[in-house]
Amino acid sequence: MFTGASQFAMVGVIGAGGSVWAGAATALLLGTRNALYGVRLSSLLGVRRLRRAGAAQFVIDETTAMAIARDNAGDARFAFWATGLALFTLWNLGTLIGALATHALPNPKLLGFDAAPPAAFLALLAPRLRAREPMAIAIAAGVVAVICLPFVPAGVPLLIVAVLVALYGASSLPTLWGGRPEGPGGDPH
Amino acid sequence: MLWAGLLIASAGCYALKLAGLSLPQSWLQDERIQRTVPLIPVALLAALVATQTFSTGHELVLDVRAAALAVAAIAVVLRAPFLVVVASAAATAALLRLI
Repeated sequence: MFTGASQFAMVGVIGAGGSVWAGAATALLLGTRNALYGVRLSSLLGVRRLRRAGAAQFVIDETTAMAIARDNAGDARFAFWATGLALFTLWNLGTLIGALATHALPNPKLLGFDAAPPAAFLALLAPRLRAREPMAIAIAAGVVAVICLPFVPAGVPLLIVAVLVALYGASSLPTLWGGRPEGPGGDPH
Repeated sequence: MLWAGLLIASAGCYALKLAGLSLPQSWLQDERIQRTVPLIPVALLAALVATQTFSTGHELVLDVRAAALAVAAIAVVLRAPFLVVVASAAATAALLRLI
């Protein structure tokens, strides 16, 4: 799994006592945006067969943002592959170090590590809040999730929120808030 | 079970990316899809922030994590890098627990 928000979310749900399937569902829902990035990138990259299978793994927020900001297709391709390769290498190296190193920590709570995931999610969320509508949705989603939390299995509040926002998006008029769909979020790193 | 779920989620996340690159453009150009899909991470990330800050298991709690989140929010507003945001939250929680 190479898509940071999904990875964090799956670990977060399972770590909070949720089932592995609630974690997997949350990860997949967060991954849906990558399909839209793929649509925007496919004409830009012009990849076929094997190269397309390889390029697909690199389709994330950062590579999309770097590629679509270029003026011509050649620069866009270079930006995509360079960003993808660098992030893929460093990200997985970081994950490996984390997996090995955390066993050596006596008490993660003492170091405040339990406060780190919400901050990470906030940092991933912030670049997506540059309009009134997403801001309102974010606040509503947080409130709904917290209200649901005592009554349903861990991880399920997230799925409830996802269903509600999908229903909202499918039923409401885009002109209601005067906003257009946003591009990929900014670079959180 | 854990690894099965992880493998399925990983395969699914990859399949979503490949589908975006491979499917005919018109399939995913529908206005409702274009509009709704970017809202999903907004809602899910906000719900994750809220639940991971204000709960332990099934109980709603208010503890040092709320203060840590406030510090992280300030760091975000100041456009601090990702790692600084995360580290400032962890440091706040650790310091407040020492007091």
